[in-house]
Amino acid sequence: MSPVKKAYIRPLDIRHGCIDMGHGAGGRSAAQLIEELFLAAFDNEFLRQGNDGAVFAPPPLPAGARLVMATDGHVVSPLFFPGGDVGCLSVHGTVNDVAMSGAKPLYLTASFILEEGYPLADLKRIVDSMALAAREAGVPVITGDTKVVERGKGDGVFISTTGLGVVAPGVDIAGSNARPGDVVLLSGTIGEHGVAVLSQRESLEFETTIQSDTCALHTLVAAMLLAAPGDVRVLRDPTRGGLATTLNEVARQSRAGMMLEESAIPVLPEVDAACELLGLDPLYIANEGKLIAICAPEAADAVLAAMRAHPQGRAAARIGVVTEDAHHFVQMNTRFGGRRVVDWLSGEQLPRIC
Amino acid sequence: MKYIDEFRDGDIARKISARLAEEVQPERQYSFMEFCGGHTHAISRYGIAGMLPPNVRMVHGPGCPVCVLPIGRIDLAIKLALEFGVIVCTYGDTMRVPASNSLSLVKAKARGGDIRMVYSAADALEVARQNPEREVVFFAIGFETTTPPTALAIRDAQRAQLKNFSVLCCHVLTPSAITHILESPEVRQYGTVPIDGFVGPAHVSIVIGSQPYEHFSDEYRKPVVIAGFEPLDVMQAVLMLVRQVNEGRAEVENEFSRVVSRGGNLQAQALVSEIFELRTTFEWRGLGEVPYSALKIRPSYAQFDAECRFDLSYQPVADNKACECGAILRGVKKPTDCKIFGTVCTPENPVGSCMVSSEGACAAHYSYGRFRDIPVVVESI
Ligand code: SF4
Repeated sequence: MSPVKKAYIRPLDIRHGCIDMGHGAGGRSAAQLIEELFLAAFDNEFLRQGNDGAVFAPPPLPAGARLVMATDGHVVSPLFFPGGDVGCLSVHGTVNDVAMSGAKPLYLTASFILEEGYPLADLKRIVDSMALAAREAGVPVITGDTKVVERGKGDGVFISTTGLGVVAPGVDIAGSNARPGDVVLLSGTIGEHGVAVLSQRESLEFETTIQSDTCALHTLVAAMLLAAPGDVRVLRDPTRGGLATTLNEVARQSRAGMMLEESAIPVLPEVDAACELLGLDPLYIANEGKLIAICAPEAADAVLAAMRAHPQGRAAARIGVVTEDAHHFVQMNTRFGGRRVVDWLSGEQLPRIC
Repeated sequence: MKYIDEFRDGDIARKISARLAEEVQPERQYSFMEFCGGHTHAISRYGIAGMLPPNVRMVHGPGCPVCVLPIGRIDLAIKLALEFGVIVCTYGDTMRVPASNSLSLVKAKARGGDIRMVYSAADALEVARQNPEREVVFFAIGFETTTPPTALAIRDAQRAQLKNFSVLCCHVLTPSAITHILESPEVRQYGTVPIDGFVGPAHVSIVIGSQPYEHFSDEYRKPVVIAGFEPLDVMQAVLMLVRQVNEGRAEVENEFSRVVSRGGNLQAQALVSEIFELRTTFEWRGLGEVPYSALKIRPSYAQFDAECRFDLSYQPVADNKACECGAILRGVKKPTDCKIFGTVCTPENPVGSCMVSSEGACAAHYSYGRFRDIPVVVESI
């Protein structure tokens, strides 16, 4: 708690107040914002120390363990969307980036860039949602930073988060590890996040019940690694660019090809319908709570069973195999009976006009 | 999805595929042009090319409105945004088409142009209503399908006496483009057009009906089968075309009778002719100048015509010399015959029109079908 007597400070007017340049100037109002909003929400021993950085003892690492660090900037429009907001997204995104190395995430940092004039009430909603996400994931935000930019120079709120995690000895997960014959698994239905966000865009609001799938996936990863130690070779969360782009990245890193079965890729009927309406392909739509795993063929059944036994992997499916292919093509047998290349996305996916 | 899944049934597709294999005459080559980008999209996305007999070749026509938009027209829209400070509203897929000076609408936006993506002409009108102090121009592109909504927006703007709204009209016409493919001077230079029939447009035909195609069956002896955009529609249309060729018939058949009639939508046609008139000539990217192939706003609505309002003059910009789009769009060459296909010219950096949108012939082949050029062994899971 601040050493200043409470009576001499007017508390933040969260209900009616807005961010002003002073909140980023490092003076009293900045301190007040940090204390009354961020500290109150994220509260933990490291933040309470009030230093510029968090000082902590390294976790006890067994021989052969390694650390992972991942960082990610979160910009999303609109900031609130069905099923989430930029706050919980900024926790889930980075926790997942750490988890995709097969690591157990330990700590997060957060940096906020706020736009002058942004309502404190909305900021509080975002920060609370972020704090809840961090608490649920068991990964505290232990240090952070706040800056304010002039009105018109930011899009409300930008949040960057960095995560630190530990990879257990013997776990070797990398995009370059896929080998011909390996099996490609997907943890559930694709496209919900992207469609949920799109449904809220100005001039595109359409009626839908689709919710973003944003969530932290590290416990799912832990269950998968436990089921087949050493046999999970690649983990990736297909966020921007969707499933298609992620698989192309892995194919290129691993210098292999892939053959997918369209009929095995789970898509919710509502997502399918929305994509149909907008002329989009669910394979290229962003997800925030799904992962793909590539594992040794003999371990595929065990990993799939572990995924399906976990609440986040109930709709998990085997969607394809890794092939030998010098051109690193990702191909797909269509549900219709034909075959096609599932290419990289070029540019942004935009709705078709006719 | 009801009314959609029925047209994507893999079992029926396999049956049509088997029927086709039985009915094609092995000594014969069949080339059919699907005019519309929507069909190209279906063929690519569902892998239909691989389900047709090897002697049936699909030629992707010029029916993607984004692909055929000439560079000079996009330059005009960019000029409106950057030099005249106008709010330019346009359909999303127009944003990425490359223009002169390595610009595009997306890049012009990054340079400060107020360029907004809209989903309909009515949205553009709304932008004008909300910004009464600014000039708003709707960059209108597309075939007969998107023309009636533009006409409606102009009529509404007139009724509401909107002073700040106008349209940069680049609407083009399907039948004139087909005629051009069959008989332009370039065709004479190639000797012959190896096209045995057309898969006729779906949405366009809802508006104009099937009658305008009768000219092609009567005059040029080319069969036309109008088909929907679902993959089974396309396969069925190909089967119908093969039958016409085998039987020596050249007729307009309507596979899409669930929505297309002979006369089309008369109300929409009346609205379009109230607002628009024919241009004597219009440049198409990839095809060059095509006579009577596009619409302009009638003089009585001149205040809504951005070309008049801002006194714009069109400057054609030549395509790259290496580009073979003209021959590809006429079925004379294949994308891989172009020397710069997939090397200099890619979807990220399109040189010619066929590479611009995923519905263009070269982009469709690059994005969905290039594995067929380089056989790769794969097993199923
Ligand atoms: S590869 Fe590019 S330049 Fe060549 S024909 Fe196709 S679009 Fe034109």
